[in-house]
Amino acid sequence: MELVNTPVSRRSFLRASALAGGGLLLGSYVLENEAWAASPAAAPPADATLNLFVKIAPDGIVTIISKNPEIGQGIKTSLPMIVAEELDVDWKDVRVEGIPLDARYTGQSAGGSTATPQNYDNMRKTGAAARAMLVAAAAQQWGVQPSECTTASGVITHTSSGKKLKYGEVAEKAAALPAPDLNTVTLKDPKNFKILGTRVPGVDNLAVVTGKPVFGIDATVPGMKYAVFEKCPVFGGKATAFNSDEIAAQPGVFKAFIVEGTPNLSGLVSGVAIVADSYWAAASARKKLKVTWDEGAHANDSSVSFQAQADAFAKGAPAQSVAKTGDADAALASAAKVVEGNYFYPFLSHAPLEPMNCTAVVKDGKAELWCSTQQAQGGQGLVARTLGLQPADVKVNIMRSGGGFGRRLASDYMADAAWIAKEAGVPVKLIWTREDDMQHDPYRAAGWHYFKGGVDAGGKLIAWKNHFVTFTQDGQRGADRAPGAGDFPHRSVPNVDIGTSMIPFNVPTGPLRAPGSNGFSFAIQSFIDEMAHAAGKDPVQFRLELLDLIPPPAPAPAGGAPGGRGGAPGASGPDPARCKGVLQAVAERSGWGKQKLEKGRGMGVAFYFSHQGYFAEVVDASVSKAGVVKVNKVWVVGDVGAQIVNLSGAENQVQGAVLDGLAEALYQEITIDKGRTVQTNFNNFPLMRMSASCEVDVYFLKTENRVTGLGEPALPPAPPALCNAIFAAIGKRIRTLPLSKQDLKWT
Amino acid sequence: MPVTFKVNGQSKTVDVPADTPLLWVLRDTLDLKGTKFGCGIGQCSACTVHIAGEPTRACRTTIATVQGKEVTTIEGLSANGTHPVQRAWMDLDVPQCGYCQAGQIMAAAALLRKNPKPTDADIDAAMDPHLCRCATYNRIRDAIHKASTMSANNNNNNNG
Repeated sequence: MELVNTPVSRRSFLRASALAGGGLLLGSYVLENEAWAASPAAAPPADATLNLFVKIAPDGIVTIISKNPEIGQGIKTSLPMIVAEELDVDWKDVRVEGIPLDARYTGQSAGGSTATPQNYDNMRKTGAAARAMLVAAAAQQWGVQPSECTTASGVITHTSSGKKLKYGEVAEKAAALPAPDLNTVTLKDPKNFKILGTRVPGVDNLAVVTGKPVFGIDATVPGMKYAVFEKCPVFGGKATAFNSDEIAAQPGVFKAFIVEGTPNLSGLVSGVAIVADSYWAAASARKKLKVTWDEGAHANDSSVSFQAQADAFAKGAPAQSVAKTGDADAALASAAKVVEGNYFYPFLSHAPLEPMNCTAVVKDGKAELWCSTQQAQGGQGLVARTLGLQPADVKVNIMRSGGGFGRRLASDYMADAAWIAKEAGVPVKLIWTREDDMQHDPYRAAGWHYFKGGVDAGGKLIAWKNHFVTFTQDGQRGADRAPGAGDFPHRSVPNVDIGTSMIPFNVPTGPLRAPGSNGFSFAIQSFIDEMAHAAGKDPVQFRLELLDLIPPPAPAPAGGAPGGRGGAPGASGPDPARCKGVLQAVAERSGWGKQKLEKGRGMGVAFYFSHQGYFAEVVDASVSKAGVVKVNKVWVVGDVGAQIVNLSGAENQVQGAVLDGLAEALYQEITIDKGRTVQTNFNNFPLMRMSASCEVDVYFLKTENRVTGLGEPALPPAPPALCNAIFAAIGKRIRTLPLSKQDLKWT
Repeated sequence: MPVTFKVNGQSKTVDVPADTPLLWVLRDTLDLKGTKFGCGIGQCSACTVHIAGEPTRACRTTIATVQGKEVTTIEGLSANGTHPVQRAWMDLDVPQCGYCQAGQIMAAAALLRKNPKPTDADIDAAMDPHLCRCATYNRIRDAIHKASTMSANNNNNNNG
């Protein structure tokens, strides 16, 4: 995912000013400037960017700006909780405000489970610094030392005299005081936390349950018309002509025109736009549309041909070597048992329930957009490039997203709307149909892992080969980078050979929740299960023994651990102790190995490290004789560091991620035929429904580590844990997803 | 074609093509944005409203068929989020992205009116047409049970 990890040289400082009408306005700034960071006495340079605004009004109401897009991950609630905790106010006195994309801020994005690790420390410090300023103002008024005062619920108390002042009463005075150094401010002892770790309902829940217009698709602007956009069904193809007279004559149609598009599959592509007085008029006219397409060079691409190319690659050596230790071929030749496993996982659509849409006004060399987005700045840049504007002339109003899952890291729909609004000369609301959404998605790339593993007579894993076949658009970069040297189980095996080959293609791909990991986990944690059985060992015990062979990691650098799937490339990889911690805990909570289940029912285990989170999961699943899978229960243990921010949101995320992973494994597949996507809607790309969902037991193992994010890391273990449970139930090894395409009948 | 019907207790007349789905009349003509577009083919049920009290997919209901009927949308379920189902949804912090929740709530309210003490199986049967991409299903089920208790306690579940 193209998101920036936390730089180690980040430094924060605080600016205080008086709020109009009295009160305190605090800006917390982040600076990525090593020279300045090395000389804290120097004045902050002009390019410092704002990270957080906190306002304390005379009535004591605290307003906290939430800069990150809310996409269902709960960030609009959880980040302000961190500030409120250290500020020592009651949550009922906190108001949270979202803001548009603002050039003064950093990191107005939602992706990579990065918002919590990037903001946790700084937001604590900001809250604590604000509290210190309010205490100092009260102490000054009383003529006492700040150290003689305590705070609780937004009230400062002089301990010996019992005098009290409310935050709102001293906020204006505090604004005139020097802001403390954020790097030396005193933080609460976590055992005194009153807000962090509790269950706080989402701040927008009332708006959601009463149907308030908070989502991108709900935006309206004066004089707006409605647009639909038929893109070339073949990726990379172009519209050359259409029945323009007939379409223009349809009721309510304002304009219809060809969009030439750009070669960027994640930008403006070619098609026909119809702009009309209502959505239904535009959609009805579209039914009459007859377009002549130049389908381009990829009209024969298909999933069948991709499979044939992958199999052909697998017969030879990988085009590129990724990691090599020892001599895997020699070890396989000497192994007591050798297992070969060819794993495949398909393309997947993100399918957020709110289809792509954007409302755009383009006028006088400026554009203003209203939309659901995970990466407003990326969208701003794309729109600017597409329309030939300066980014500063593109304003993006960030609406609540009806789901993201990585889909809204791409901004193609923003470029569409802006272009169509410009061409039509009126403000437009563009709405993609579900079919548009499913057929023009930067899909999770399909992938193949051709494994060979060997165990010696003592059941020790001595060889591990993985030829990973992925795709490439430019011949250089793979759609997913291969599992690296640090990834499990590579550091536990003396002879490792990992390589990759790439199939040229022209299908748009991009990050889907837990990118990379969501496919690798299935392949790796299933094949490790095969090796456990080959070794004659219990699958939990086998994994624990492999983890014991990994040396503990070097201490994390100041500013935090590396991000990414399994540690940055070349980094030492996941911490074996944390992997073992979650694995042992989930085995205990699930009663692993304690009961003998009847044939047709089994338990499977998997663990994975992604996006700085450690998760282990056990699935209890049944397979009927007719081959129908039913998941009975999932146990989850996660380690995301020393503190859970919002227990309610955290459990919700984890349960959702686990069921999401199960749905991917059970039903989901995008296939390509004749250069286009076959699936169209939820009737042939199913999502999980309530009757297929199951109890998900969530337990957080708190460890003395950095606090990290939860949007993603609970997903990857779910598919392999389910497939391993199916093996335990009926003895059939699942090497190809989705399960709905596998014959699971047994007698 | 002018069509007159009641929305959230108020009589409305709209003049749109007869095949226009109720969904787009609600959202674009009447500016009631709470009812959501998800799939357009009756697969996700994000567009669920009550027509004569029955949970109905507004994306598959043409405006011509609504003539003279009573429609209730999420905006009309209660004055200010006070319906037991809405309160239970907030108490249990059900939503993640929240996009499907209006449809889920409308289905749950209709279920509880017909069946004030539903079992898990009753809930699954009533709610299975509703997709939640964030998979908040466990909380939805719990919230329906909770709303069932709240309805029994104050017995004012007459709306919608």
